[in-house]
Amino acid sequence: MKFLSDKALARLRDTANLPDLAGTRYSLLQPVARGGMGVVYAAQDQTLSRRVALKVLDAPERSGELARRLVREAQVLASLEHPGIVPVHDVGTLQDGRVFYTMKFVEGQRLDKHIQTVHSVPDRLRLFLRMCDAVAFAHARGVLHRDLKPANIMIGPFGEVLVLDWGLAKILQQPSEAFGANDSAAANFYAPATPAMKGDTTEHSAVTGQGAILGTPGYMSPEQARGDNDQLDERSDIYSLGALLRFLLTEAPPGSPPAAAPLEKSLAAVCAKALAATPEGRYAKATELAADVSRYLDGQPVTARKETPLDRAARFYRRHNVAILLIAAYLLVRVILLFLPR
Amino acid sequence: MPDEIQTQAHDKFPPTRWSVLEAARSNDPTQRERALETLFAAYWKPVYKYVRLRWNQQAEDAQDLTQGFFVELLERNLLLRYDPAKSRLRSYLRLCVDSFVINETKAAHRQKRGGNIPHLALDFDAAEGELRDAAIDVASIPSHASLEEFFEKEWIRSLFTLAVEDLRQLCEARGRPATFQIFEQYDLDSDENISYDQLAAKYALPVTDVTNALSWARREFRKIALDRLREICGSYEEFQREVLAVFGKQAP
Repeated sequence: MKFLSDKALARLRDTANLPDLAGTRYSLLQPVARGGMGVVYAAQDQTLSRRVALKVLDAPERSGELARRLVREAQVLASLEHPGIVPVHDVGTLQDGRVFYTMKFVEGQRLDKHIQTVHSVPDRLRLFLRMCDAVAFAHARGVLHRDLKPANIMIGPFGEVLVLDWGLAKILQQPSEAFGANDSAAANFYAPATPAMKGDTTEHSAVTGQGAILGTPGYMSPEQARGDNDQLDERSDIYSLGALLRFLLTEAPPGSPPAAAPLEKSLAAVCAKALAATPEGRYAKATELAADVSRYLDGQPVTARKETPLDRAARFYRRHNVAILLIAAYLLVRVILLFLPR
Repeated sequence: MPDEIQTQAHDKFPPTRWSVLEAARSNDPTQRERALETLFAAYWKPVYKYVRLRWNQQAEDAQDLTQGFFVELLERNLLLRYDPAKSRLRSYLRLCVDSFVINETKAAHRQKRGGNIPHLALDFDAAEGELRDAAIDVASIPSHASLEEFFEKEWIRSLFTLAVEDLRQLCEARGRPATFQIFEQYDLDSDENISYDQLAAKYALPVTDVTNALSWARREFRKIALDRLREICGSYEEFQREVLAVFGKQAP
């Protein structure tokens, strides 16, 4: 038998792992990211002459479980037509049995990298509002993300905010509501043999059933960390959004001391409410969380915190500081003029 | 799960390919023998090289220990004690090798072995030559972690070598010897830096045929390698982890 040199070994590992796109309309460009289920490649759609992202499983598998997860992820994405969610173009099976789907190729920066270039708190909060917007839209369509974290938020070259990686998404609504029959070719292409039911997930029930823990520590809610998957609702994502907000404001990963100065009280209260240990203590909806952040940006009181008169005065000052300073300067000048010898 | 996908996925794993563990636990002696042969084919070289480097054994002693280890594996039914929930099969075997070498060295009763091991040609000279060609200095592998990496790399090399041989036989059986030669020259003899155009000229084929031949050979190679990998894994979960170890590290 022929001895395989290290170079040949490396080459085989590279080439044999590349998805064989023969028989599809795509040609492979290069790998761009690795996820839990497989690899995302940049590919060229030869029919439409455009670059796409192609996500493919690592290996064909006996149970078909990962294939089902990938197809369900594509179906979830196809059902969520929103500027903050990457659109899916196509789903299919390669000649080697691996399932793939293609989506819009997003060029941009991950949130954790991008915030190094965004220094003002209001600008960061405005980014956060757009994340809330995409998540609120998904919730309205009956979909929980369940893995919101900086690595899954992409900021495009024109400032567009995209929520990525819906591989752990959980569908709360009936498929007729979440995935309309005419919503997408993808949904029809792999019409599930058993209709998706309330509580269905992008994984097999054995994987996400009671007790299975999926998500990212620090960003997943306590109930998700306990594996209470049947109990999860929108408020679980609210917790993750709270962790994202805290990360945006402190640049510190969950559990580590913040790099920045202590949070302003209202923002700290918003974070604390979103990160409440029990779902009942959190905002009920992403729109409510976003509304509180908007109130803060507008200089209004947030619902997460009851203000003292001193806080109210401080907020009034922050909101009208220019006018207050001008009036104070005017009054000071008048007082000085009053006492000047005529 | 859509039926279409499920059926396709099942087709990739012919039921005749049992895992070595299932085969080792079988009542059928033919299956048990096949299990050992499969394991032996995949592991003897990594084990030999590991014993040479990790335990700093001379070539002749390492040969005895390698053969002795597989006899021990058979005689003491070590495969039956393996629990897939606790570790990977290759990690378990490496630890078994360590224990075996320690015991043999301590007891100083090492004997010539090999009476009951499967009838496979053990080309120790070739293994020794590979070690020499690789110019591996024991001192350059100082840590336990490096030795683990070394064992993993040699294990992958062994797996791929067997898969390449399977592919060669498949190409012969299908009457596609040129396909294998193209694959060999382009992917295996990587020092040659040969281009698609040069291969097309050499075999008097259109470039598209070269592309298709390479694509087919790589697809079949991957299929064979995955099949062999599944065979030497203790569980399906381990197989999934090993797929990542073998194929997954190259991607970002």
